[in-house]
Amino acid sequence: MNAYLAVAAVLFVCGVMCMATKRNGIGVLMGVELVLNGANINFVAFSKYGLLGLDGQIFSLFVIVLAAAEAAVALAIALNFYNNHLTIDVDQASELKN
Amino acid sequence: METFLFVLFALSACGGALAVVLTQNVVRMAFWLVISLGSVAGLFFSLDADFVGAVQLLIYVGGTVVLLIFGVMLTSKEPFTAIKQNPAEIVQGAVVGLAFLAMVLATVYAVDWQSHQAVVVGHEHDGLPSGYNRPIEGNTARSIGTALLGVRFDRDLGKGGEHASGEHGHAHRDHDVSTGYLLPFEVVSVHLLVVLVGAAYLARAKRRRPVSAA
Repeated sequence: MNAYLAVAAVLFVCGVMCMATKRNGIGVLMGVELVLNGANINFVAFSKYGLLGLDGQIFSLFVIVLAAAEAAVALAIALNFYNNHLTIDVDQASELKN
Repeated sequence: METFLFVLFALSACGGALAVVLTQNVVRMAFWLVISLGSVAGLFFSLDADFVGAVQLLIYVGGTVVLLIFGVMLTSKEPFTAIKQNPAEIVQGAVVGLAFLAMVLATVYAVDWQSHQAVVVGHEHDGLPSGYNRPIEGNTARSIGTALLGVRFDRDLGKGGEHASGEHGHAHRDHDVSTGYLLPFEVVSVHLLVVLVGAAYLARAKRRRPVSAA
């Protein structure tokens, strides 16, 4: 079980670093997907080796559905941002800076 | 065989995730993301979660990544755009990432999960219902479907026979009957509907108002 948790940790850290270092908006979205997948591996691993039973699998299903919804909304926002700025570099999104 | 498959899927999942972080090209990032998510589905299959693995393949690899690739196609002017980072940022990111990974892994390996589980369950470890953690491998689609409809065959039916002899079993068994996941299922479905309508509204093609009409 520790091996599964280690794989999940690697995916989580890769996703966090992807979110933090990528300047492409789509790359940030991919980082979010990796983070959610790391959490999903944890859920399913605890559902087999821990006491979660079937609950962990159902929670991971909810996480997958919410990740799909999040990707749809974030892509719509990214398309709008691209339409307004003609780039998807997240460093250019600085209108809220005073 | 099981260990070999686990090592294969774990290595490709971790390698795909690392390649997603290290690659500068967005299209190749999407490709490595497909590799990583597909091997995560393989990990789900080896954890006896066949339905979750199938859903992972269908929704993530089939749906979300295709959506991301469409986003890449719609937002890049030339096919292989790469937004560069300077090397100082890469070094900073590597240091912070390795420190973070070391912290998480130290936390995972510091906890003894088996004894922790015994502490949580306590004395009732023998009284767990028989359907709680079934030894049957896989075949979870029907139980997940009934749980989403509000019926927990895996938990409720297993309770009756085990606790019937205990004298205090009857008192708290009534509180323990789980009601499944009907309400979260409905919440998630309404959420998905609202989110898709909102996304379609946000991403619609803006119609320029003709000047002569004003």
